Amino acid sequence: MSAAVQIGDLRHDYPPRTRRGPPCPALRGISFTVEPGELFGVLGPNGGGKTTLFKILSTALRPTAGQAVILNHDVGESPDRVREKIGVVFQSPSLDKKLTVLENLIHQGRLYGLHGVPLQARAGELLERLGVADRASDAVETLSGGLQRRVEIAKGLLHSPALLLLDEPTTGLDPGARKDVWTYLATLTQQGVTVLVTTHLMEEAERCDRLAILDKGLLAALGTPSRLKESIRGDVVTVTTADAARLIEGVKTTFGLVATEMDGAVRIERLEGHRFVPQLVEAFPGLIETVQVGKPSLEDVFVLHTGHRFWTEKAETKP
Amino acid sequence: MNARRFLLASGTLVAREMTRFFRQRNRVIGAFATPLLFWFFLGTGLGRNFHAPPGAAGEGLNYLQYFLPGTMALVCLFTAIFSTISVIEDRQAGFLQAVLVSPAPRGSIVMGKLLGGMILAVIQAVVFVALMPVVGVPLTLFGVFWALVLLVLLSFGLTGLGLLIAWTTDSIQGFHAIMNLLLMPIWFLSGAVFPVSGAPGWLKVIMLANPVTYGVAGLQMAFFGSRGGQGPSMSLCVGVNLLFAGAMFLGPWLLVRRTRAT
Repeated sequence: MSAAVQIGDLRHDYPPRTRRGPPCPALRGISFTVEPGELFGVLGPNGGGKTTLFKILSTALRPTAGQAVILNHDVGESPDRVREKIGVVFQSPSLDKKLTVLENLIHQGRLYGLHGVPLQARAGELLERLGVADRASDAVETLSGGLQRRVEIAKGLLHSPALLLLDEPTTGLDPGARKDVWTYLATLTQQGVTVLVTTHLMEEAERCDRLAILDKGLLAALGTPSRLKESIRGDVVTVTTADAARLIEGVKTTFGLVATEMDGAVRIERLEGHRFVPQLVEAFPGLIETVQVGKPSLEDVFVLHTGHRFWTEKAETKP
Repeated sequence: MNARRFLLASGTLVAREMTRFFRQRNRVIGAFATPLLFWFFLGTGLGRNFHAPPGAAGEGLNYLQYFLPGTMALVCLFTAIFSTISVIEDRQAGFLQAVLVSPAPRGSIVMGKLLGGMILAVIQAVVFVALMPVVGVPLTLFGVFWALVLLVLLSFGLTGLGLLIAWTTDSIQGFHAIMNLLLMPIWFLSGAVFPVSGAPGWLKVIMLANPVTYGVAGLQMAFFGSRGGQGPSMSLCVGVNLLFAGAMFLGPWLLVRRTRAT
């Protein structure tokens, strides 16, 4: 079976912000493949290139260079073919708030060539499955944010797409509603739908089958969440200190370990971190303020591959 | 297959436009009441001072009568403005990007918008057609027929013009600026408010180059017959409006085809 999404050296530059300025690169050549039936996550900080990638895959934006092929159709060459096969759930709500839930679905269905009884039946079935059937004839503006999201997802699934694209689908939702969305996405993949979802939340990324980590327009890492975490050996020991440079140098000469500085804290990867802590504190009396030992998280994976923390990046390349 | 897709998509966009319009009561009231007040107060106030030059359109008419076809053109313009401002709203709200990533043919998206504006405009304009006998201009079958033809073409074209502007404008404020600068003068200088023949030569040139002039002249002729003066012939009026409507579909269509979403 061919790949659901195949991306090869995909690049995108936004036009320069000033007339003579350089173009603003948002994607600097990324490649990966999404297999059919996967729940695939694209994780990255704001400005990392997630939304640009999403826009290209949803045919909203033409890439500057490189290839994005969805279910055997090139996004740049034959967007109409791609549009038939994908369902798109944007980050910003796309429902018409003046219309009822059902009216929104009916209009959407007709844009995709569905109509009549089959469309009514399909809309009813999806509202039932997403638990909003009892609100079908209410105006969208009277629904809570969580319920509106569910209707957005129903809208994206109306024409039974083989691939569902979602851009930060849980934005603005409370934890309960958030969990519901992710549980439903997992159910979808069991039914054979491929799901590609962007997120900037680590705990959401954990729920994906595979992850692509984007940073500054580059693919920083790719793999299953557990494989990515295994790529960090042992534990992560984080030390706060008044003199990071001296501590890094000291760790290198005394223990032969590579330590890195991150926002004033020093980060060391070590097997059996808890045994290492006393040695460390004794070796540098007075230099160490606090010590933290932890199992590697996806955040550590991100740090390892990008050399900076997830949240320190300012949104840079937003158009 | 493709034609069916086209009709289905543009039909559903028209239906949405209608539902939205009639569900917002203040919009309905504003759409009917504004031109009505405009017509009534301007028509009454200016009535005493209005004397069309001999041979000009409107000779022998009082101003409430003369101004009525111009008011119909204003209805078309207002409706075009309102329904294309919603394009900017739809873009900001996110509805538009969902439409643009759907496989709906790009032409059907434009057609949906233009037909929506047209139908709303004609519904409202018909109310003003019904006012004709009230102010003492009897309706003829011939007149009503041509008036409807012209209203259809004019409102379709003006909605297309509005869409052309709205598509390239990213804020409602920007749209208002262009509206005041371009769209209102198009109406002022169409013979809606004063006859073309009474204007000085340079202004006459501008007015004769304005496609809306032929919509208004045609409407005047449809209702007033020979009292409409020696303006352009009905076939010229219909022809110009047909061209205008065609061009105002083609323009936005090319524009929408070129743009991806957002």
